[in-house]
Amino acid sequence: MLLINKIPKHNFHSRAYTALKDTHLQQALNKTKHNFINKRKKAISHIPAFDSLRDEAVNIKNHTLDHLGLYLELYEENVIKSGGHVHWAQDSQEACNIIHNICRQYNAKNITKGKSIVSEEIELNNFLDDKGYNVTETDLGEYIIQLRKEKPSHIIAPAVHLTQEQIKQAFRFHHHNNSEAPVYNTASDLLSEARKVLRQKFLHADVGITGANFLIAQTGSSVIVTNEGNGDLTQILPKTHIVIASIEKIVPTIADVSLLLRILAPSATGQETSVYTTFSTGVKKPTDLEGPSNYHVVLLDNGRSHLLDHPDKEVLRCIRCGACMNHCPVYHAIGGHAYNSTYPGPIGAALSPHLFGLKNMYQLPFASSFCGRCEEVCPVRIPLPKIMRHARQKAYASNLLSFKENFLLSLWGYIVKYHFLYRITSYVSIKCLRLISRQKGYVQWLPFFGTYFSHKYLVAPTQDSFITQYKRQQKNI
Amino acid sequence: MPITTQEKRTIKGTKKQVGFFVTCLVDFLRPSVGFNCLKILETQGFEIVVPLTQSCCGQPAYNSGDKNLAKTIALQIVDSFNQCDYIVVPSGSCAAMMRKHYTSLAKHSSTQYELFSAFAKKIYEFTDFLYHFCNYQHPPSCANETSVKHIIFHDSCSSLRELGIKDSPRKLLQKLPHVSLVENSDPESCCGFGGVFCVKFSDISAKMSQEKATHILNSKASCLTSTDLGCLINIAGTLRKKGENLEIRHIAEILANDKTSPSI
Repeated sequence: MLLINKIPKHNFHSRAYTALKDTHLQQALNKTKHNFINKRKKAISHIPAFDSLRDEAVNIKNHTLDHLGLYLELYEENVIKSGGHVHWAQDSQEACNIIHNICRQYNAKNITKGKSIVSEEIELNNFLDDKGYNVTETDLGEYIIQLRKEKPSHIIAPAVHLTQEQIKQAFRFHHHNNSEAPVYNTASDLLSEARKVLRQKFLHADVGITGANFLIAQTGSSVIVTNEGNGDLTQILPKTHIVIASIEKIVPTIADVSLLLRILAPSATGQETSVYTTFSTGVKKPTDLEGPSNYHVVLLDNGRSHLLDHPDKEVLRCIRCGACMNHCPVYHAIGGHAYNSTYPGPIGAALSPHLFGLKNMYQLPFASSFCGRCEEVCPVRIPLPKIMRHARQKAYASNLLSFKENFLLSLWGYIVKYHFLYRITSYVSIKCLRLISRQKGYVQWLPFFGTYFSHKYLVAPTQDSFITQYKRQQKNI
Repeated sequence: MPITTQEKRTIKGTKKQVGFFVTCLVDFLRPSVGFNCLKILETQGFEIVVPLTQSCCGQPAYNSGDKNLAKTIALQIVDSFNQCDYIVVPSGSCAAMMRKHYTSLAKHSSTQYELFSAFAKKIYEFTDFLYHFCNYQHPPSCANETSVKHIIFHDSCSSLRELGIKDSPRKLLQKLPHVSLVENSDPESCCGFGGVFCVKFSDISAKMSQEKATHILNSKASCLTSTDLGCLINIAGTLRKKGENLEIRHIAEILANDKTSPSI
């Protein structure tokens, strides 16, 4: 159990602090950070048209969002035509209930799951566990965190916060009754063992649940992009395949998906394309060798349709590649769990207040130095800092800032607005700081600076302000 | 918002009035940076104006979510500089606030929007202005330098990503005969300053700053410089606490070859 899970959910500061002190986490983060950045850099250097592909992707997503209702209806029509069913879920509760009803309809007991962050958003596993199903995550990362009873800390690499040692411990505990006997030498030993366990789960599953990277309106297909092949076994082997996806995953045509796929894998893992890209269309046809007899799609709204006519609509362009968090210095420092949201990192800071309420999530958009690297790497050019700034404005207007923050901001504002007052304050504080710094050139403590001084000194002024000196010079001329 | 070719065409060859926006950090912590900027700009034949009613660009309010306060401050700044043809700012962060963000403080197409948008077109970061619109020559005193100075240039996030400034400061530094540029092994990552961020999230900021500091120390450079005093005081604060005494200077001090002002 991670220490972080013991901290109150909405206390971002304490969660971040705990994350910074977690040596395992820091070790894991240090290892992966440069990996993600370098791989993406290398991958896009092989795609000269990458920036124009990004522009086209923006156009496709904007167009789709502008006509989302139309494409959703067309999608539904085509799913039905291919023998499937579409269910509409307004929120998490409704989505979970729909899935439960489908499973009950087919007398299902054993469920396998491909990696789906939307299913994390609706906390589907907890819900299905409570209803008595045997649910197994089949993506290796998801499987590991399911064993450890954790949530994903990254949208494409759910167990990125763990070291190999921690994974070995989890496997020893769950696969070998915590005996010390089996020794895993390499990562591939762990992989082989997981594969052996999961193979049986695939063969005995009644229902397979996957997410979708894209839903194609033109054909009624769902598309998954994976590297392990577990998604394919999840959706092909059981009699029933349930897709859970949010409404903004819709894309008009196969051509549009092809374009988006060209920017997805390079941005995400730095691959030219992922190992498996699988299109599922409806139920098994007489000519098909494999495939489910029942095909259901649950379309989740959960606050997204409100964003369609909102200034922050652009956040819905996200294709969940994770590039923003892979390049975010704040994410690199604290990992995903500190955010306490299904969506961590910059996209989480921009999206979470909209999906899970500003009051619960308002600290996330403040936890950014606005370095802008997320916007720079986002394949669909989402202006993440701008959206975070909007959330800050809303938090300020809703009085969510602490008394201290509000007080200091108003005091500062008052001083800056009246330049005479500004001059006096600056004159007095320069004198004081020079006195405290005792000619050392820096200050080691000041009020309102919190833990700042445990890490850094503050450079002190060494002479009168520029304006004071400039005035003096002008007088002397 | 990098400088456009059209802008480059309109500014060259005319004697214009250049307003100098000191920035609150330079005003308060390192006035020498401002005086060195003026010294360099004066050699370029501009008429320099320093409005005494200026204070802060309003960024702390803007980033804290108080848009109204930011707008009030922005309008005051616009008013202070209304007679200037160009406004030069020794900070990418403040320049980006005025060049890129002021317009978002007013409703699109309103009178205030037009005002901000006209103002934004006059704003230039110091090194970008110097490189594109001036004929900067190294000061004569550089000829007396006997040893090579290994300088590491830190890209501030605002200069790099909001204003698209990468080459200008480097090209200017290369004009100095005694300077050799050393590159950072992770040049595009943030130093952890972020204005109020470094106080509000000081633990996270510290982690970022420490990494930046390690990269800088590993580069073996003897001097660190940047277009932004904010980044420099943040990195300096980190290094000084560690007991490191690397020379740290704003780029204006290096370009003016100012050796009398103390290192940050």
